Parts: sequence; C-alpha cells; structure tokens
Amino acid sequence: MNLEDIIQETKTYYCLECGKCTSICPVARYDSSFSPRLMIENALLGFGDELLLSKELFSCLTCYTCQQECPSDIDFPIFVRKARSMAQDNGQHGVCAHSGQLQSLARLMTSPAIKQKRLEWLSKEYRVSENSDVLLWVGCAPYFAPIFEDIEFNALDITKASLKTLNLLGIEPRLLANEKCCGHDALWTGDIETFKKLAEYNAAQIKEAGVKKIVFSCPEGYRTFKLDYPNYVDLGCEVQHISEFLAEKIGENGMKFKEIKKKVTYQDPCRLGRHLGVYEAPRKVLKSIPGIELVEMKHSGLESICCGTSAFTNCDSYSNMLRAERLCEATETGAELLITACPKCQTHFRCAMTDKGKEHRSTSKIEIMDLANLVANAIE
Amino acid sequence: MAEFEPQIVAFCCNWCTYAAADLAGTSRVHYPPNVTIVRVMCSSMVNPIYVLKAFEGGADGVLVAGCHHTDCHYIDGPVKCDATVDKLRKVLHVLGLEDERLRRELVAASEGVVFARIIKEMVEQLKKIGPSPFKVKTEALA
Repeated sequence: MNLEDIIQETKTYYCLECGKCTSICPVARYDSSFSPRLMIENALLGFGDELLLSKELFSCLTCYTCQQECPSDIDFPIFVRKARSMAQDNGQHGVCAHSGQLQSLARLMTSPAIKQKRLEWLSKEYRVSENSDVLLWVGCAPYFAPIFEDIEFNALDITKASLKTLNLLGIEPRLLANEKCCGHDALWTGDIETFKKLAEYNAAQIKEAGVKKIVFSCPEGYRTFKLDYPNYVDLGCEVQHISEFLAEKIGENGMKFKEIKKKVTYQDPCRLGRHLGVYEAPRKVLKSIPGIELVEMKHSGLESICCGTSAFTNCDSYSNMLRAERLCEATETGAELLITACPKCQTHFRCAMTDKGKEHRSTSKIEIMDLANLVANAIE
Repeated sequence: MAEFEPQIVAFCCNWCTYAAADLAGTSRVHYPPNVTIVRVMCSSMVNPIYVLKAFEGGADGVLVAGCHHTDCHYIDGPVKCDATVDKLRKVLHVLGLEDERLRRELVAASEGVVFARIIKEMVEQLKKIGPSPFKVKTEALA
C-alpha cells in the first residue's frame, strides 16, 4: 500500500484546507507542532516522508473529534491508521507508551503454542457456564492487573463487577480460557499482520464456542469486534457493550437498584462515544440508579475530550496536560465520582493523578469508578 | 534428532555480573555456550520490553543479573530491578510462561564460579522444560 492508495481510500483529497480539524483537535491545543490539517496536506502534496517519519503520526488519539467538524467528512483516524501501517512497513514503529510492552504482549500472544493462565482470578463466588449463549469478553484485564498495580488500579475489578452483575441478573456467561488480545492496539499502531492473526484465532474460538452474544466491559474491544473484525473475519454473533446490555435490562424483572446517594459525572470513552455512537445507554443506566445525580462536564457526549492516550501509543507531557484538563472539568462539576465505561480511560486518569515523576502532574483529585463497578454495588 | 539447545539472553550489569562473566572466562571456568550476554550499565535499566523482545526474538530463557543489594554502583539499582522483574513475572505468568524462563540473580564481580553455575543450572532446567512456546511463531516465519 502506498500513500496514494490511502488518499484514495479515505477520500482525503476532499480536504478543503479549512483547518477546522486542527482547531478542534485536543492534541493540537497543547502540542503546537501537531496538526491534522498539515498531515493531510503533506500527504496530498507528495511529502509522504514528512508525514511517515514524523513523531506526530503516533501522537494522534484517533478520537474522532476532528471528523465531527470536517465539512468534507474525511475519516482522519482511519487515514492515520493506514499511514501508521505504512510507517510500520518502513520500519517506523513510533513511540509507544510503556515502551511498547502492551504491543509486544499482543505479538507474543499470536504464538499458537501458548496456554494462558488468564482465568486464575475466577473464584467460586462467580458462576460461569460452559453452555451459555452469552460470552463475557475478559480482554487484557488479567495483563493490566500486574502492569498497573502501582497506580492502584486493578482492571480485573471491572471484569469481576461485570461478571457479578450478569450473575445477579441470572446469567451465567461463558468465559474463554485462552482468548487472545482483541488486537485493538496492534491495529491502531499499524501492525496489521499481528491484528489479522489475533482476529482469526479469536473468531475461530468464538465460532467453536457457539455463542450468540458477546458482552464487553471494554469499549476498545467492542469497537474492534464490531467495526474491524467484519473486514477480516466472520464472527456470526451479536456484540454488545455492558452498558447497552444493562440499559436493555432496566425495567425487566429482577433488576432492582438500591439507593446510592452520589453526585457523579460521566466520561464518554472515545471508542464508545464517537466511534460507535453509544451515548445514551450508559447515561440511562446511571439515571436508573436511585440517588445518583448525573452532572455533565463542560464537554460531554459528542464533544467529550479524550483521556489523553489511545491504543497505548505516544504518551507525552501533552497527553498529561490533556488529562489534567479533563480531570479539572470533572472536578469543576462538583461531582464526587467520575464514572467511565472504559478500563483504559481509568488507567490513564489514575496514572495522571498518581504519577509523581512528571512535571505536569494533574492536581485535581476525584474518585474514579467504572460503570460496571457502580452497577455491581447498586444492584440488589 | 539433535538434543534441544536452549538459547539464553543474559542482561548483565556492567559493574558486577559482566565482570563476573569475564572472570569466569579468564579463570577458565567452563559453562555452556548457550548464553548471549547483553551488557547493561545497571540491572535497573532493564526495561520489561527488553525481556519481552528477547522472548519475541526466540529466547528460551532470560537472565537478569546484577550487583548484590549493598554493592550497587548507583545505590539502589537492584531494588528497582527486583520490582521490575517481579511485575514482569506476573505478566508472563498470565501469558502461560514457565517461571524458570525468567531468572533474576545477584552475582558480584568476584563470583565467576557462581555465574558459571547459574548458567549451567539454567541450561539444564530449560532443557527439561523444552523450547519456548513463542518460538513456534518465529520458526514459522524463518
């Protein structure tokens, strides 16, 4: 694939050079050298190397804020993704957060011989069933748990809460003992080969399991299964985020919440919001819990600001400033609890609040919780 | 079929373990040639990605070795290294990797014999548990 093909595929040639993308881009607000408009222009004017060799290529959050404003409806995130895969082919692997550990783990997981021990956290208090129609996707939570233990974040808590909620609703979901990374991070860093291998493996596993529905507690996995897998593999089943699943169940028999008196605000994860258009379901779930008062941040819904890093690509001081701003917005609402629906948003926010080594450390303090945890606490 | 010869990547600290490996050589202490030594300035500079990359590249075992806790040239290097390796071990455990494949040792500059013994032990252990599961991919690619 060359840059010309990418331009044709993503219809970048429609660019009017109006610069709305750059003016609304959350990264460009802090990093003056980052400009989606300039990146597109470089590609259109034949300065491909400028684009492919720049560190900015891996700074894009692929959060889809730019596309909301683009009069030509250019799919900039997909343009970036394809350009990244071209950069990877030319040996440019970009700067990745955590030195690329998470991408490396995804590559290691492509090996057919590994037997993961990813379900060791599963204790007897949770009920799972081998014959269930519903599959709960665990995702990278078992890996995040040790990696992010020093920022006091256990991603498995979210999985456990989701499982507990499903159990309380009378559903005993199936878990896959050797499910592999969904490939989201590999795909968005441009490593298509790894992504394909993971997708093929996962699709085969899911087909073998014969489930009808997959429930995700992670929007990144959900996005990948819903929008990216169909381009490569056939899943043959429905996919749903836990918030959508819960929103459907509200009002049905057996779903009763006890009162939790709290003022909360909600962070729209970019994968769930702008990528997939799920804004209402999590809010509906929040509002259905008695005692919960939902206050919106200055930027919410379609305009909501990203948590600062996606797919564990470039995480620099600008990303940290972005997080600090978002956390400020959250505290300004007067809420005591920030609810997210994405384990990665939570990772990044917690990191910003605990990281002592960085200059631009966020000073706002607010308790963060996943939607699944709140529901698991509230359900009777 | 030829006997399986494990490949070990050893990250050795410049001040102690690398010197110990050197001492083992100059003192003519024999140890198996299955190890590739990577000299690092301090064991604490071993980033988890170094180890992961070694496994990606087809290593059957990785050794991270440096000074004893009281000997560090940079005061608290071994403490940091211990923390890194502990965390990484948990990650590799989830990935289904045997614990023996990642080894953390403290070897002082004078302990050439100890270094040779560790490599011997590690090679024996790895021969028992067989090739790394990640090798399947690398061999298929080659």
